[in-house]
Amino acid sequence: MQDPPPRTYRDGARAVAALAVAVGGFGISFGLLARSAGMGWLAPIVMSATTFAGSAQFAAVSILGTGGTMVAAVTAAVLLNARYGPIGVSVAPWLKGPAWSRFLRAQLVVDESWAVSAEGEGRFDARILVGAGLTLYTAWVAGTAAGSLGGEILGDPNAFGLDAAFPALFLALVLPQIRSRRALVAAVVGGAIALALTPLTPAGVPIIAASAACLVGVRRS
Amino acid sequence: MSTTWLVVAAVGAATVAIKATGPVLLGGRPLPARLTGIVDLLAPALLSALVVTQALADGKAISLDARLVGMAAAGIALWRNAPILVVIVVAAAATALTRLLV
Repeated sequence: MQDPPPRTYRDGARAVAALAVAVGGFGISFGLLARSAGMGWLAPIVMSATTFAGSAQFAAVSILGTGGTMVAAVTAAVLLNARYGPIGVSVAPWLKGPAWSRFLRAQLVVDESWAVSAEGEGRFDARILVGAGLTLYTAWVAGTAAGSLGGEILGDPNAFGLDAAFPALFLALVLPQIRSRRALVAAVVGGAIALALTPLTPAGVPIIAASAACLVGVRRS
Repeated sequence: MSTTWLVVAAVGAATVAIKATGPVLLGGRPLPARLTGIVDLLAPALLSALVVTQALADGKAISLDARLVGMAAAGIALWRNAPILVVIVVAAAATALTRLLV
């Protein structure tokens, strides 16, 4: 690729604009679910503001809501978020500056902000990551507050097909990543691992196990 | 503290720590050469896993449902070089329409 102009925070925000609507919709349903699981109105909003990881929050709250133990709820959330370990390592070289600033920006890493900031061959754009992350964070927390305080505004986000917005985004982003045979092998093996483990393991494990597919890069590195 | 607030605090602290580990410990420096060959394959491997699980998984079950119509529509939009915004909207609309009709 020839040198493109440097990208800005605003480009990151633009990259996830459509998705922010879907994230806001899921924020509303998280707020509703958490409220109906007996969490009160404030705890769901605090959780979205401090955790910012939708799938883990849904899992923890639904386990609590169905009478599961605290340990089960926290374990499920940690398993679901374990993928942010390797994901954090992948973006680490591109997050410069003092440790506190790297710490704060690392919190804006979610699947979607990470995916849109990937430039291929292990490169990431920190400004895109932060612009996209802040946009999604705002949508997630605002949506949660609307759901927790406001009640039934939207109805079921799946009725609007919002659940299909996420795999569509990831499909659009994985295709340009496949520029070599190794990348193709990693994508196929990663997808196969995730699919094979889905019926067998708790949610979250298939995704973290799929990251083992990048070990096909060991020999030639 | 109630169970609710303990869970909120524990999940929050664990997530913040997991997300921060790589960037705080390794941030701003190139990864060791042995790691880069592995890490540059993380995006294709994990993105592909996210596509598969979010399009096909329903809890622990594999569910072939309206999302597949949305993914097919997204595939056609991508093949026609549509911008990502259009791909996402087309996928959601095709999925919603399928749920409405079926």
